[in-house]
Amino acid sequence: MDTKENFNTKIKSVKERLSFGHSVSEVLGDLVESISSINGQLVYRCELDKLIQILTILKSNDKLDFSQLTDLTAVDYPGRFLRFELVYQLLSISNNQRLRIICPIDDGQIVPSITSIYKSAEWPEREVWDMYGLFFSNHPDLRRLLTDYGFEGHPLRKDFPLTGYVEVRYDDINRRVAYQPVQLTQEYRDFDFLSPWEGDQERIHYSLSSKEKDNKELGKSEES
Amino acid sequence: MGVIPSKLDKPIPPGKEQDLILNAVNDEIVNKGFVIASADKLFNWARSGSLWPMTFGLACCAVEMMHSAASRYDMDRYGMLFRPSPRQSDVMIVAGTLTNKMAPALRRVYDQMPEPRWVLSMGSCANGGGYYHYSYAVVRGCDRIVPVDVYVPGCPPTAEALIYGLLQLKKKIKRSETISR
Repeated sequence: MDTKENFNTKIKSVKERLSFGHSVSEVLGDLVESISSINGQLVYRCELDKLIQILTILKSNDKLDFSQLTDLTAVDYPGRFLRFELVYQLLSISNNQRLRIICPIDDGQIVPSITSIYKSAEWPEREVWDMYGLFFSNHPDLRRLLTDYGFEGHPLRKDFPLTGYVEVRYDDINRRVAYQPVQLTQEYRDFDFLSPWEGDQERIHYSLSSKEKDNKELGKSEES
Repeated sequence: MGVIPSKLDKPIPPGKEQDLILNAVNDEIVNKGFVIASADKLFNWARSGSLWPMTFGLACCAVEMMHSAASRYDMDRYGMLFRPSPRQSDVMIVAGTLTNKMAPALRRVYDQMPEPRWVLSMGSCANGGGYYHYSYAVVRGCDRIVPVDVYVPGCPPTAEALIYGLLQLKKKIKRSETISR
């Protein structure tokens, strides 16, 4: 339960965000494709070739003043025509407002690096390259960030197997750590809430059917 | 503490019997200037009395490892103090998730330790991969990289559990034969 004061401040912040969204849309104009508000967050969708332009405007505009890139990441949607989405999270400290820019791209498409605009994008772009295999042009040092030296594949792609392709062990003869294909003694098993009762199907059916009966009886009493 | 004669492993409680042995040892020292003891036992006693662990914290287990060294449990009571260098230590506590990328570094640190050396694997991740057993980036047990003497289960094991593991290691060292015959 919100108190009246809380409710008023909430309304105020929503109003502020909406008016701020209007001023952002005025500045950007036709550059963006769609605008939405998801869970109180302004979300703009745009095409890849307009990305640099949009970010430059958002940062250099004195009124909007998006001085900080808080995060940069990607999402993999294997079923879509354009497989990946690049997500840029911006923060305007002076306005106390945040903004998300989503940019759908296809596998193999080259993304322009935004390190010249936001210096903080350097490592996140390396991470996106590492995890999703999206290539950034004009990046000062595009190496893998997190995975092993000489790692192959991009782990956060949905088609990458959970256990990967190689595992390590110490090779006593060559006296160094060696790589070999993955060998699992037990396959990965997926558990859900029902799996602990897998062996006791009869009782489950009984309890489920008795529950249904109870519900029916309840429904009858409510109807009458 | 009781006196342990070379042939019996059970300590003799204080009393007439113990006094007899102590007096005999005392006479030996006074008359001849030396006593004869089992070199094996002496070495093992010295080694197990000052186990210096190598600080190798990899994940949250490292926090429990710090607890066991801090004032409440105080590993220094057992003569164990953490060394920042592998060349000055004789136990390595593998505390946490060992990743593929870290494996060569772990092995290198182990190789740099002087003999005799022991390894204590701490927590389910170090024992067998634990929560990350099916991950593409984690070694499924640090015993694939280094030989392990004691496994401490838990996620993470408590500071008490780690100290219990270290005391077990101490026991293991005491019953090992230092000089092969």
